[in-house]
Amino acid sequence: MFYPLNEPWERGVPLGEHLRRRGVSRRDFLAFCGEMGAMLGLSSLLTPRIAKALEQMQRPSVVWLSLQECTGCTESILRSSHPTIGDLVLDLISLDYQENLQAAAGSAAEAALHRAMEDHKGEYILVVTGSVPLAEDGIYTMIGGRTAREILEEGAAGAAAILAVGACAHFGSVQAAAPNPTRAVGVDQIIKDKPVVNIAGCPPIADTITATIVHYLTFGRLPAVDYDKRPLFAYGARIHDQCSRRANFDAGQFVKSFDDEAARKAWCLYEVGCKGPATFSPCPIFQWNGETSWPIGAGHPCLGCTERMFWDTMTPFYQRMPKVSGFGIESTADTIGAALAVGATAGVAAHAAVTGVKRLRERSEGTPQPGGQTPPAAGRKSQEEDGHGQD
Amino acid sequence: MARTKVVVDPITRIEGHLRIEVQAENGMIADAWASSTQFRGIEIIMNGRDPRDAWAFTQRICGVCTVVHAIASCRAVEDALDITVPPNATIIRNLVHGMQTVQDHVIHFYHLHALDWVDVVSALSADPDEAGRIARSLSPWPNNSGTYFESVQDKLKKFVSSGQLGIFTNGYWGHPAYKLPPEVNLIAVAHYLEALDWQRDVIKLHTIFGGKNPHPNFLVGGMASAINLDDTGTINAERLSDIKALIDKARVFVEQVYWPDLLAIAGFYKDWAAIGGGVPNYLSVGEFPAAGSSFRDVEDLYFPRGIILDNNLEEVVPYDEARVREQVTHSWYEYQGAGEDGLHPYEGQTVPDYTGPQPPWTYIQDHDKYTWMKAPRYDGKPMEVGPLARMLVAYGAGHEGVREVVGEALGRLNVGPAALFSTLGRTAARGAETVLVARKLSEWYGDLVGRIKNGDVTTFNDEKWDPSTWPATARGYGYLEAARGALGHWVEVRSGEISRYQCVVPSTWNCSPRDAQGQRGPYEQSLVDNHPLADPERPIEILRTIHSFDPCMACGVHVLDASGELVTSVKVQG
Repeated sequence: MFYPLNEPWERGVPLGEHLRRRGVSRRDFLAFCGEMGAMLGLSSLLTPRIAKALEQMQRPSVVWLSLQECTGCTESILRSSHPTIGDLVLDLISLDYQENLQAAAGSAAEAALHRAMEDHKGEYILVVTGSVPLAEDGIYTMIGGRTAREILEEGAAGAAAILAVGACAHFGSVQAAAPNPTRAVGVDQIIKDKPVVNIAGCPPIADTITATIVHYLTFGRLPAVDYDKRPLFAYGARIHDQCSRRANFDAGQFVKSFDDEAARKAWCLYEVGCKGPATFSPCPIFQWNGETSWPIGAGHPCLGCTERMFWDTMTPFYQRMPKVSGFGIESTADTIGAALAVGATAGVAAHAAVTGVKRLRERSEGTPQPGGQTPPAAGRKSQEEDGHGQD
Repeated sequence: MARTKVVVDPITRIEGHLRIEVQAENGMIADAWASSTQFRGIEIIMNGRDPRDAWAFTQRICGVCTVVHAIASCRAVEDALDITVPPNATIIRNLVHGMQTVQDHVIHFYHLHALDWVDVVSALSADPDEAGRIARSLSPWPNNSGTYFESVQDKLKKFVSSGQLGIFTNGYWGHPAYKLPPEVNLIAVAHYLEALDWQRDVIKLHTIFGGKNPHPNFLVGGMASAINLDDTGTINAERLSDIKALIDKARVFVEQVYWPDLLAIAGFYKDWAAIGGGVPNYLSVGEFPAAGSSFRDVEDLYFPRGIILDNNLEEVVPYDEARVREQVTHSWYEYQGAGEDGLHPYEGQTVPDYTGPQPPWTYIQDHDKYTWMKAPRYDGKPMEVGPLARMLVAYGAGHEGVREVVGEALGRLNVGPAALFSTLGRTAARGAETVLVARKLSEWYGDLVGRIKNGDVTTFNDEKWDPSTWPATARGYGYLEAARGALGHWVEVRSGEISRYQCVVPSTWNCSPRDAQGQRGPYEQSLVDNHPLADPERPIEILRTIHSFDPCMACGVHVLDASGELVTSVKVQG
């Protein structure tokens, strides 16, 4: 979507025709569809269906709202990693409002927003980055003289689907960490009558949002999600189970201090605080910035940033996770792994078991989560006192 | 003639949420107000946290400046706990921060600022061969053929004829303030697209050392990316080769595309060298410590620390941290027991006290208090920070590299140093700095490889990692020159936990409101300095000057009194 000039797609021309004109071979296109399908966890038998859907499509309107945030998620999208075919995918949409990039400002920008929402009512995809501050009637984030909440509600009303991109739109992220001074909340705490998908992470990897859009356009529905509305194709696996350093964990080979001999052999970071055992994220599989590396790959423990309230539940970041200690040998690790996987909804169980243990021990009060599902963890302080009851 | 009130909100192509209001009269701006409209309160969230976690929290102040708060935070905590960082870690941080500066400045120029000067629609009528001739006269960059520009123009034609203009919808195309010939517009559009690909690649240096971008990982006491030439999962010869290639790619684009484009475009807008200067005081805290030294070793910083007062380049005044105050006379905060000149950051209070109108707003300029930004003052004076401030302080101090590159720009434009005090000067200084830092990256890379060759692979100092080694109470600060200007973090640690955290940030200086004496902040003052506004409906001139500062609003407003409680009271005045 940031390459609008790179091979413009004329109105009325189907994508398949557009790609042929651009010189993209059928073979390359099918290979891309296969790759995209694999990312989405789909059988290769569905590749022709993806291809057909994409080929027949015309550029749908995307409205991108930036609310209370740091703009890191927009920056992340700018780093989208498949340069030859990825820009085509981004070119699949018409990005009709995006404050960081659009030429117009002020009333001209607002006019563009309203025109997109009217022209494509009920059809546009709404991307939201940033949280919504509820305290003091919302005056902690004002855009064009209006509150973030009002802007979100207006944008959501005509949207076909909503992608809450990044930890702020997911649950409020750092500004929602205790004591959450502005009572920041995520999108799904405001919008209850529309499907919301949480593209979790601080920030998320760009490909996760791209693939979510492709899924929506191909199948006419949003991808299957976990208990926290995160797409399973990206957030369905635990970092610990996909980690390139898992063998070291199983063998009891741990970094004890940064830059020690073990660190220089790229051993497991569990004992210096890695939250991989409690974190569901595509990092080890998709990797970052064109598959260049990922946090654990570069020697730093996982912070758990795809998990709700990680600023409170995963800190101190360098503290070894509790109740998972002392199982450096393989058999014990297996036992722990099995314990984590118990339950029909393994993800929920693992979250509850792992993330929650320490905080539950400290604070012991579980708090209801949006949607009424099992809470993964209690907040560091009772943040939810502020974050709830405002919807 | 009566003054016209004008509101520009949202100011787009910036980080965060900024509202500008002006009063226009006879095609000029008579008065201006800058209002920051987002507040998050990150510092109070720091209370009670592990100081080793602080870099991750404060990093999230801004995702555009993604590394600067993290490094400033590490410096502050290391300063407080008396931790010495190994030379390799200092070099790696310089590489990460340096690449951030270079990448950020290029994105700013092409993707945030260029559309203020470049008319995309005009590029449609360019002669591609002529564009090629012009481009070849500017630079040896390979993509300078008429055929290449023709292909870009074809794409543009198809795009415009599609009717789906996306991010270019409602741009101010055809505004008489656009002065570039169609061919130069076409060159700029082509490079806008090329820069999108370039920025995505060069930033992989962050991923190699920090695991991802945005928001790569850091570590108090050093860096977590271990060096071992004989392992597959560490910094080894293969990774070092990647880094070298990324550094070369960064430098070549800056030297052959960004800098020549900037000077060529500036040549058509020389009138903007007399517009938008504003506050005549400039502050730089200095940056890029040498290996084996820290930000405190002023003599060893690549860009010097100091102050230029009243546009006087003859004298660089030493910076004295004790003279910084923050005022809230026109900000939505309440001070208790503070004099008119405000409070030093060590005694800072932040009690939000919203007194603005009930939303939706019409005019914020009618209200005495109008922003979430405080008003920082040095010796009672507003100060501009950022690339221009860094270049002016270095120029005044006789910095060889800065004199050479800034001198090249002044020579090419045939203007004197006074032209730097302007909207155009701000934009040119950013380019000059990018050239210098891009060249410096190769030097740091050479230092790192040299040290590894000599057997030093240490990247972390573990002596004070364990909290049991910390004093009962400690406090310290960290300075850093971020892409957008002078940044300071202050931290106080008690019994192993943060008891106070305070940041004074570039955009707070630049987006400052008026103070108790009625002195405007730098954005505001620049907008009333010989500043045109031909058509209030299409305020492109305002965008030019505001964008020349590269606003970063999330950075500016985050401030809270980390030692005290957040007491919120709202007084609504209709």
